[in-house]
Amino acid sequence: MADRPNPVVQLTLWRLREFLREPEALFWVFAFPIVLAFALGIAFKSRAPRTVQVGVVAGPGAEELARTLDASPQVAARVYPPGEAHNRLRNGRVALLAVAGQHVVFEYDSMRQESVVARLVVNNVLQEASGRRDVRAIRDQRVTEPGARYIDFLLPGLLGMNIMGTGMWGVGFGIVKTRNQKLLKRLLASPMKRRHYLLSQMLARLVFLGLEVGSLLLFGHLMFDVPVRGAFLTITIVVVIGALSFAGLGLLVASRTKTIEGVSGLMNLVMVPMWIGSGVFFSYANFPASVQPLLKALPLTQLNDALRGVLIDGASLAHVSPLVAGMTAWTVVTFRVALKIFRWQ
Amino acid sequence: MAEPLPIPPAAVVCRDLVKRYGDVLAVDRLDLEIQQGECFGLLGPNGAGKTTTIEILQGLLAPDAGDVRVLGLDWRHDADELRQRMGSQLQETKLAEKLTVHETLTLFRSFYRRGTAVESVLETVQLSEKRNAWVSKLSGGQRQRLAVACALVCQPDILFLDEPTTGLDPQSRRQLWDVIRRFGAGGGTTLLTTHHMEEAERLCDRVAVMDRGRIIALGTPRQLIASLGAEHVVEFALADGVPVDDAALRALPGVAAVHAADGHIRLTVARVHETVPALLQTLGERGAGLAGLTTHDATLEDVFLSLTGRHLRDG
Repeated sequence: MADRPNPVVQLTLWRLREFLREPEALFWVFAFPIVLAFALGIAFKSRAPRTVQVGVVAGPGAEELARTLDASPQVAARVYPPGEAHNRLRNGRVALLAVAGQHVVFEYDSMRQESVVARLVVNNVLQEASGRRDVRAIRDQRVTEPGARYIDFLLPGLLGMNIMGTGMWGVGFGIVKTRNQKLLKRLLASPMKRRHYLLSQMLARLVFLGLEVGSLLLFGHLMFDVPVRGAFLTITIVVVIGALSFAGLGLLVASRTKTIEGVSGLMNLVMVPMWIGSGVFFSYANFPASVQPLLKALPLTQLNDALRGVLIDGASLAHVSPLVAGMTAWTVVTFRVALKIFRWQ
Repeated sequence: MAEPLPIPPAAVVCRDLVKRYGDVLAVDRLDLEIQQGECFGLLGPNGAGKTTTIEILQGLLAPDAGDVRVLGLDWRHDADELRQRMGSQLQETKLAEKLTVHETLTLFRSFYRRGTAVESVLETVQLSEKRNAWVSKLSGGQRQRLAVACALVCQPDILFLDEPTTGLDPQSRRQLWDVIRRFGAGGGTTLLTTHHMEEAERLCDRVAVMDRGRIIALGTPRQLIASLGAEHVVEFALADGVPVDDAALRALPGVAAVHAADGHIRLTVARVHETVPALLQTLGERGAGLAGLTTHDATLEDVFLSLTGRHLRDG
């Protein structure tokens, strides 16, 4: 009689091996978020405010208006024929069009942040050139210290997004694949404990979680000096609970799905709204107040807020406990429902 | 043995088993009894209900009605005990592609309280040399032997194999037969399904012929063939379709049965050398020309054909 290997260890090793032997999966989990953080970090690197690109529509007085604006170091202005001018506005190559006349007319899209800024700057330059004097002295101080830049906002968001993606894919995809190739059914004909199977899915997730979170944080620290201010234990708790809530969602999505195509569609249905609405790339404060409570209830919003609080602001566990409680609720509910409706064969 | 042992319970007993899928009756009041140590074959075309039956016995499907005992145990009360003592290979299962042979077997070994060392099972199925190869790199025959190894690694008392050799080349098929025979030599009970008659004849102690959810014949392969009343088959086709009445054919010496379909006529005969000259003479007298004539020893295929009027392969 041979020594019996431990079933939970064997099931977990199975998950780990399948993942490590799939080079594409490794890329998406480890390399992709780092490439993304790098690209975005460079694109939004802190630097002096850029000059505002303004188009002046050709016509009487156009040349003079352009000269006035261009004289300011904050503005670059050129005259274009009407057709081309509007083209450039549409393409985003100029932020604003100015039409000379008794009233100077500004054409711009008020939903475009850049254009709103351009309007303020151009208006200011014009008024000063026409003789307005500021009545109150202002001094600029640019914020460049770590913790207050866009990359400091972005990195925790990418971390949250990655935890969501790997959690849902790692659990959901593996289960559907196993079911699809009738391996789940074969396991059912053995005395394997169902809870061991599900537990191994979670354990395998936790092993990778440490690696993917660690690598992204280390990259952020080395490359952009992104701070990690919270306590190690607090960060661990937030990350693990967040990962479990997405493992639960992954399990739920996979609980009855038979095909890879089916589960891919469901995954996107669940994840895409959170990519947009949970404050990964930009703050969810941009959305109308009426949907804010809904957005705040999403697990990725909770994870991102908790990560930003803990990593950047150095928040304590007590401080993020409502968010942790929210993610715990997601975990418990998704697991309960998934186990209830799970299709083993 | 010093003391007389009590008669062991049958390895499998089914009474009045029924399984429906919607309007389709997949298993129709099936009775079945398999003795311990027996290699038992369920033979039948696709859709006969073989897989449904074996999956009920494996505890993967619940029957709509009827009574099932495997190793004297009941799936409703002793599921874990039964799973510990049974080895399974399912028809459609694909093992994990990215695990090695050894890792796959170790995984399955970990589910069972008792079992065999992984290395010795690998030896039994002749996969020792492939122990570190990924499953994705194995040939069809090797994969199938690994699937059977996963069933053997728990030292099962009963082995369920659902079409274990379908799609394999003759050599792989024979290798697998050896593995199954060795399991039987060690006292294990095997239930296998097949639509390959040679497999059933070579491997099985007893065979049940299944059709449309029922067992239509049961016995040793030899008994079943003998039930045809004669052990040889003469098949012929007529060139120009001149009708020859069955009565005339049945009157030929040594003919036990006549079966005609699509212009092909099959005679089940006791002695080929007596029947064939008489047949040629009869046809000659009626001016019917032959388009072909073959003879062979009767097989389980002929048993199935004589019972149902259909070929096994037709489904």
